[in-house]
Amino acid sequence: MHGIFLFCGFTAVAFVLFLTGYLLIAGLPAIRKIGLIPFLTGIVWNSTGSDPQYGIAPFILTSFYGTFGAIVLGVPVGVLTAIYLAKMAPEGVRKVLRTAVDLLAGIPSVVYGLVGMMVLVPAVQKIFNLPHGANLFSAILVLAVMILPTVISVSETALRAVPKEYEEASLALGATKTETVMKVSVHAASSGIASAVVMGIGRAIGEAMAVMMVSGNVANMPGLFTSVRFLTTAVASEMAYSSGLQRQALFSIALVLFGFVMVINLILNALMKKGERKA
Amino acid sequence: MKKMLALALSAVLMLGALAGCGKTTGTVSTDGSTSMEKVMEILGEVFREKTGNTVNYNPTGSGSGIQAVSEKRCDIGLASRNLKDEEKANGLTGTVVAIDGIAIVVNKENPVSDLTVEQIAKLYTGEITNWSELGGNDAPVVRIGREAASGTRDGFESITKTAEKCLYDQELTSTGDVIAAVAGNANAIGYASLSAVGDTVKVLSVGGVTPSEETVQNGTYAIQRNFVLVTRDDTPLTGAAKAFFDFATSKEADEYIIKAGAVPVVH
Repeated sequence: MHGIFLFCGFTAVAFVLFLTGYLLIAGLPAIRKIGLIPFLTGIVWNSTGSDPQYGIAPFILTSFYGTFGAIVLGVPVGVLTAIYLAKMAPEGVRKVLRTAVDLLAGIPSVVYGLVGMMVLVPAVQKIFNLPHGANLFSAILVLAVMILPTVISVSETALRAVPKEYEEASLALGATKTETVMKVSVHAASSGIASAVVMGIGRAIGEAMAVMMVSGNVANMPGLFTSVRFLTTAVASEMAYSSGLQRQALFSIALVLFGFVMVINLILNALMKKGERKA
Repeated sequence: MKKMLALALSAVLMLGALAGCGKTTGTVSTDGSTSMEKVMEILGEVFREKTGNTVNYNPTGSGSGIQAVSEKRCDIGLASRNLKDEEKANGLTGTVVAIDGIAIVVNKENPVSDLTVEQIAKLYTGEITNWSELGGNDAPVVRIGREAASGTRDGFESITKTAEKCLYDQELTSTGDVIAAVAGNANAIGYASLSAVGDTVKVLSVGGVTPSEETVQNGTYAIQRNFVLVTRDDTPLTGAAKAFFDFATSKEADEYIIKAGAVPVVH
């Protein structure tokens, strides 16, 4: 039996190695041809023009701003929800909330995109009196909602793992319930909450389908109310029709994205190790 | 334990062997233009009923389809544009199977109902930025188009001579998205296959000509493009693939092409 488990384990590892190898082989030629600096810092992406230009700075910045915006909006809401769920909510309310959060996690991203396109985009247009509502702001709102389940679940687990004695000691010293939760529990669970944030970043930076439907998808330098294209959507929107250097460049974009996700995972690992040491 | 491992390994190897058996006789493989989906679906179905042969359709886009047929990965490539000279020089031949009108659509609330090709070009290149310049409301023009290298975009831009000059506010990745976006924004203009346009948006007449089967076929409607079957010069079609090619380009197929929302060619 041990052999089968070992085999399954190796399959997962093999896929990771295969994907890494494939992305490197497929993604490096275009970077070599275009040049790493012009590729990463070029601000014009015009892959099908008669004089094609392959600068992905707009995509990198858009992915960065979009993820940052989603974290700024999503993390406070998510962490406060987690605190409520872990420390304050009565059992009945907790169960309902918990189910709702789990449901939110299970909704396919294309549904987020569709609702965003039909409801959010026209609403953003009306509220801010814009020509159209498909822009970075709409994408940030959708991403903020999409990272909520991750942030809530991971933070809640971390908060629940805080030893009861810490809180009891704090209460015994005369701190109120709110003071205890905010200053003792959150502090003790900080590395777990940090992991939640990093996992939220990972979720946001990798999302393609939903943001493709609400961000307008034009390769502009990002602005809050301009139509933008993310790293993920840059790959997804052109892959079907691409050929030659354009296709290779799309693999290079995927490689850059892969690099970002790797860095995020390394940070996550470091945070988890720190958390273990603390415990 | 070792037995189980051997079993698992041999199962994996068997999968690999099976994957090689994809190509059987009686199957026509086609690959290409996503815009041709409806046409291919209906033609394939009728062909299967008639002959028992299956037509596989892989909607990857015109560029991919042409590449697939040149690399012998499919029998017939599908392109929603005419072949470029370099593609013909590579030993490919295109045969027009049907014609597709590209409809220019605006929101139903937009009072504008007729534009010339030049006006449409000016709208998309940013020379006209407000609908009031065309007798519409005093509102900014929101230009909605398709992603780079989409067959529809290529068709639209080459007909209106706006290639690489269009300033899009949104580049969407499917016909349905374009129509939904135009239907949801009072100031939007978009383009989409005539066959895919429903009653959620307003179809403009171009130079006084309303797009219809008749005006597309007789060429009076300006914004139209060809649906093309792409074949290799050095490997003539045989068997089921040849039968399908002959059927699709025959007069008999006309009624099904109409059913699919496209316009048949004049035989």
